[in-house]
Amino acid sequence: MKRGQKVALPGRLIAVEGLDGSGKSTQVGLLRRWLELEGYKVFFTEWNSSSVVKDITKKGKRREMLTPTTFSLLHSADFADRYERQILPMLHAGYIVLADRYIYTAFARDGVRRCDKRWLRGLYRFARQPDITLYFKVPLENALDRILSGRPSLKFYEAGMDLGLAPDREESFRQFQGLIFEEYARLSREFSFEVIDALASPEKQQRIVRSIVSESLDLESFRTSQ
Amino acid sequence: MPKRCYGKPPPSLDLSSLKGKLVVIEGADGSGRSTQIRLLQDLLERGGYPTTLIGLKRSRLVAKELGEVMGTTMLHARTLTLLYATDFADQLEHVVAPALRAGFIVLADRYIFTLMARSVIRGLDEDWVKEIYNFAIVPDLIISLKVRPQILAERTFRKRSFVDYWESGQDIQRSSDLYDGFISYQSKMQRILRSAAKSYPFQEINGEESPEQVHSEVRLHVERLLGTVGGG
Repeated sequence: MKRGQKVALPGRLIAVEGLDGSGKSTQVGLLRRWLELEGYKVFFTEWNSSSVVKDITKKGKRREMLTPTTFSLLHSADFADRYERQILPMLHAGYIVLADRYIYTAFARDGVRRCDKRWLRGLYRFARQPDITLYFKVPLENALDRILSGRPSLKFYEAGMDLGLAPDREESFRQFQGLIFEEYARLSREFSFEVIDALASPEKQQRIVRSIVSESLDLESFRTSQ
Repeated sequence: MPKRCYGKPPPSLDLSSLKGKLVVIEGADGSGRSTQIRLLQDLLERGGYPTTLIGLKRSRLVAKELGEVMGTTMLHARTLTLLYATDFADQLEHVVAPALRAGFIVLADRYIFTLMARSVIRGLDEDWVKEIYNFAIVPDLIISLKVRPQILAERTFRKRSFVDYWESGQDIQRSSDLYDGFISYQSKMQRILRSAAKSYPFQEINGEESPEQVHSEVRLHVERLLGTVGGG
């Protein structure tokens, strides 16, 4: 039994991780469409999207009053709300749950913000390990290019300005993402991520994603009842 | 004695720069907590000690939102725990730490002990809850005001003529009789706090005495902490 796995549930959990600009949201979107069109029970959930907690996080970010600890606790509250009210019930009900970012995002980001790693792991101990974690791996420079060319300005926390890495937002973002990239490399080994080459064409990546999913899951058992 | 945290300090906190004292008063609603904090603050400020107050649900970051959410949504106990932890951390880093750095005496109207007991009573794993709060600064003094649930109920009725939803644990135990619910919830809370007192050195004071008598006992503990016994 994997860590964090308490009792067997009929549902399956697929997590998607990767740097900003790795294209993971596009890929999980395509995976979701495919599963829905094939007639399987799918539930999709996104990082930092709990209706209850999102506004508090927004306010904290806007006023730049978050510390690494409150930043981390707020994100865990957001996750807990989605986990207890959606993810876990959906797994009980036999759904394929797709999570765009999961606890590894917190391990990577909050770890870089110097939160104690054991404390972080403990914070998320209640969460089940995913059945599959797809990690969209892209060289740091490519991820940076995609984000920096497409976005007029970086937000304070997005750029990791609270870490005091560099006075310039873009430079801070580069260093921040570099540190997260290194964390992901460690996490990828520890938690056996399925690594997808995010430089490949989108359709090729999606072929690989679909084949991993159909090989590891008995998809027919997730068919929507008529 | 240098300050320490129960576990690793938060990344923002430099423990070596903290000088003042952290005094915690624990006790249920109706235990005389607020009265004792007021009396203690008067005493300290009269003696020339600057003070700062903290408490539950008082952070700039989440206090207002937490109140709104609790009134409208049935949040899972885990989410509520993490939001309370955020509220606590925000005050610890933005109020307690700066005050201690400046040599203030911080008076905490309840601390992690009540928060942890509330989470445990709602079915969350005790080790998980303890670990979350282990970034808390260890107080220099923890005073616990002990009052039997029946007396708490009496005092509450005297103040306002109804029983509080949360203080009677209505979210976890649906009892048709609110009085019974209140007594059973408060008894459970006291049992959990008493078992916590084994790992944390609480100074227990009988809160059923008169406010003056309780204050004189509180005062003794505080003067011992400040090394001003007999002087004042």
